[in-house]
Amino acid sequence: MSNVEIFWKSIKSSRAYSCLECGKCTACCPVSRYNGVFSPRRVVAETIEGGGEGLISNAALWECLTCGMCEERCPMDVHFSEFMRSLRTVALDRGFSSVPSHGGVLQSLMRMMVSPTMKQDRMWWVTEDLEIESRGEILYFVGCLPYFDGLFAPDFKFKPTDIAQATVRILNAAGIQPVVDPNERCCGHDLLWSGDEKNFKMLAEQNVAAIRETGASVVVTACAECASTLRDVYPAYVGAPGFEVKHLAELVTERSGDLSFKEAAASVTFQDPCRLSRHMGLKDAPRQALDLVPGLTRVEMLHSGSNAMCCGTSAWMSCDQTSKRIQGDRLAEAEDTGADTLVTACPKCQIHFRCALSDGQTSGQPQMDIQDLSVFLASCLQR
Amino acid sequence: MARKKTPGAKTPARGRKKAVEFVPRIIVFACNWCSYAGADNAGVNRIQYSPHFRVIRTMCSGRVHPSFVLRAFELGADGVLVSGCHIGDCHYIFGNERAIENFEKTKALVKTLGLEEGRIRLEWVSAAEGPRFGQVIDEFVDAVRNLGPSPIGKNGGAATGAEPRK
Repeated sequence: MSNVEIFWKSIKSSRAYSCLECGKCTACCPVSRYNGVFSPRRVVAETIEGGGEGLISNAALWECLTCGMCEERCPMDVHFSEFMRSLRTVALDRGFSSVPSHGGVLQSLMRMMVSPTMKQDRMWWVTEDLEIESRGEILYFVGCLPYFDGLFAPDFKFKPTDIAQATVRILNAAGIQPVVDPNERCCGHDLLWSGDEKNFKMLAEQNVAAIRETGASVVVTACAECASTLRDVYPAYVGAPGFEVKHLAELVTERSGDLSFKEAAASVTFQDPCRLSRHMGLKDAPRQALDLVPGLTRVEMLHSGSNAMCCGTSAWMSCDQTSKRIQGDRLAEAEDTGADTLVTACPKCQIHFRCALSDGQTSGQPQMDIQDLSVFLASCLQR
Repeated sequence: MARKKTPGAKTPARGRKKAVEFVPRIIVFACNWCSYAGADNAGVNRIQYSPHFRVIRTMCSGRVHPSFVLRAFELGADGVLVSGCHIGDCHYIFGNERAIENFEKTKALVKTLGLEEGRIRLEWVSAAEGPRFGQVIDEFVDAVRNLGPSPIGKNGGAATGAEPRK
C-alpha cells in the first residue's frame, strides 16, 4: 500500500477531507492553549496536502488528548480524534510510539493481559458483604481498578478499588447481584488510542467471549473509558457483542425508584469525563444521579457538559507541562465554584487530578476532596 | 535454529519435548555500586553458580520502577530479581529505600496478574559479597525452576516483538 493510500484511509474515516481550515479546533483545543506548536488545524491541513509523512515521526501525533473538544465545534463534522488514532496505528507500524507515563507499566499490563494462558487474581477486593454472582443478567465490568490500586494507592491517598466496592454496593442496594467476572481483561481503550489495534482487537475478542459465557445481557461499568469502548468501539472490531452497555450513572437514574439516599449537606461540582460527555453524549445522566441525593447542592464549573475541560492526559502517555497546566486550570475552576467535593465518573480523571494536587507542580491549588461518582453515591445510600 | 527435516521423517513427539529440562529465563537488576560489583566479585573468586540469568546494571536499585520488572515479564521472563546495596549503604543515601517502595508496588501488580510471588525477589548484596551473590542466584533460580514457565511469556505482548517461547 502506498503512503497516499495509507493516509487516505485516515483522511476518509475521519472526514478530514472536508476541513475548511477555519481553525475553530485550534482555538478551543486545550493542548494548543498551552503548547503553541500543536495545532489540530495545521495537522489536518498538512496531511491533506501530502505532509502526513512528517506527522508520523512528530511528537504532535501523541500530544492530542482525543478529548473531542474540537469535534464539538467543527462545522464540517471532522472527527479529529479518530484522525489521530488512525494515524497512530500507522506510526506504530513504522516503529514510532508514544512517550508512556509511569514508565510504560500500564502499557505492559495491558499487553500482558492479551496472553490467553494467564489466570489473573483480580477478585481480592470483593469483601464478604458484597453480593456478587458468577452468572446472571447484569455484569459489572470492573476494568483496571485492581491494578491501579497497587500502583497509585500508596502515592495518591485513595484506593481505586473503593470505586469497585461502592459500585457493587449501589447495585446491591438497587436489588441487583451483579456478575463479576474473574476472567475479565483490560477493555483495551488505551491500547486502541495509542495505535495498538492488534492487541486491542485480541482483548476485545476475549472480553466479549468471557462476558457471553456469563449469560449477561447488560454490562454496567463505573469507568467512562470502559463504557465508551465497550459500547461504541467493540461493535466495529468484533461485531455486535450481544449485550447492552451502561455507565453506572445511567443505571442509577433508571433504577432511581429502587434506591433511597439519605440527606447530604454537601456541595459538589461534576467533572465530565471526555469519554462520557463528548464521546458517548452522556451529560445529563451523572447529574440526574447526583440530584437523587436530597439536600445536595450541585454547582457547575465555568466549562461543563460538552464544554468540560479534560483532565490533561489520556491513554497513559505524553504527560508533560501542558497536562499539568490543564489540570491546574481545571482544579482552579472547580475551586471557583465554592464546592467542597469534585465528583467525577472516570477513575483516571481522579488519578490525574490527585497527581496534580500531590506532585507540587501545581502549587497553590486547593486541597479539595475528589471522589468518584460511585463512591460519593454509595456514601449517601440509605441503609 | 530451525533443524532441517528429513523428508518422511516423523516430527518429534510431544513427550520428547517435555523431557527437556526447563531452563528458567531470569532477569537480575543489579545496582552499579554494590550488587553489580558483588557479581563481579563472584566472578573474580571463581564462585560456581547457576548461569541461567541475565544481569542488567542500573545506577541504583531505586531506579528499578515496576515498569522494568513488568516489561521483563512481558518479554517472557520467568523471574525477576532486584538487587541493591544493604540498607544504610546506598551510594545515594536512600535509593534502596525507594527500591523497597517500588518493589511493594511491583508485588501488588504481579499478584493481581496472577503470577506467583516467588517470581520476584528483592535482595541486598554488597560489593564484597561475591559468594552471597552466587548463593542468592542459585536459590532464586531453583525457586523459579520449581514454579515452572511463566504463564505470560507464551503469548503476551503480541505486538511488542517479544520472542515467543520455543
